[in-house]
Amino acid sequence: MKHFLLAAALILSAPAVMACETVTIGDLTIEHAWSKATIGAGRPGVFYVEITNAGSVDDALIGIATPAAAMPMLHETVVKDGIASMPHAMSIPIPAGQNVQLSPGGYHGMLMGLTTALKEGDSFPITLSFEKAGEVTVNVDVLSLRAEGPDCADAGQ
Amino acid sequence: MRLRSLQIILWIAATAAVVAFSAMRWWPATDDSAAAASAFNPAFALADSQGSIRTAAEFRGKFLLVFFGFTSCPDVCPTTLAEVAQVMDDLGSDAESVQPIFISIDPERDRRLGLADYTKAFHPMILGLAGSEAETQSAAASFKIFYEREADTSSPNGYTMAHSPGLYLIGPDGAWLRQFTYGTPAADILSDLQSRF
Repeated sequence: MKHFLLAAALILSAPAVMACETVTIGDLTIEHAWSKATIGAGRPGVFYVEITNAGSVDDALIGIATPAAAMPMLHETVVKDGIASMPHAMSIPIPAGQNVQLSPGGYHGMLMGLTTALKEGDSFPITLSFEKAGEVTVNVDVLSLRAEGPDCADAGQ
Repeated sequence: MRLRSLQIILWIAATAAVVAFSAMRWWPATDDSAAAASAFNPAFALADSQGSIRTAAEFRGKFLLVFFGFTSCPDVCPTTLAEVAQVMDDLGSDAESVQPIFISIDPERDRRLGLADYTKAFHPMILGLAGSEAETQSAAASFKIFYEREADTSSPNGYTMAHSPGLYLIGPDGAWLRQFTYGTPAADILSDLQSRF
């Protein structure tokens, strides 16, 4: 319990450079996990991340889970014939040797049923489930409503 | 002498061709611009968050930057509104000549969630409007944009909205000027506006 509280305190007090941390699982590298502040908890939050598959086997992101939201799902913004829609993505392919970005205007996590409004400077854990590599938890930085991405020295934004 | 008649005939033919070509070029062009000016004077009459009806006509003299969206939209709408907010900041003192307007295509839910809180979080100058279903449809039709409610069990309240994600620029005389397609960088919108002052 003590450890849990300590861990929780560490997570809650985490500095804003978290989005710049890099986590690896197998051949996958996960970095630049970020979200945007929300206005209240009644509207869905968003989740963006960058995943690189350095291996020779295709993988796929098949789900996300977080204590920050009751119903997190993967979606894709599709603009076709001048109309934007946001279909549910069953899985997001992470092909061998490629870098895939969940970023504004494309694939993204939609965080419905937020436990609490997301505030700039907060961070929360999110567990990514991959078809082959398994599960890995990363910390997500909540950036301003107007952010276009994390400001990391190595960010390829 | 035969050569001279041929020359005359050719000159007449060439003149006729030029006249016909000019007529073809000129008349349809005039028709088009006249049609564009009359058909593309977008209008709306929609309630703001205080319940007052706001119309396109009251903003004559200002440029309008109009975006249709809904506040439960996590990706497209915040991205565009953030760009509009950036443009308004970067306009400096010229910002008073531009009125950014967010028109809800999901008015009932957006009124419930709070429209003004949402638009103000991006920029205090953005005016959020949410009318009735019929008023919203008529505004969308006059901007020639499309939106529709889609059943989606994986979305909040079981539905989401598909919509035209462009940003529309209306001139100080109320005439439609252009569209900025989704993803146009704030700097490009800013320089387009600055070229018009």
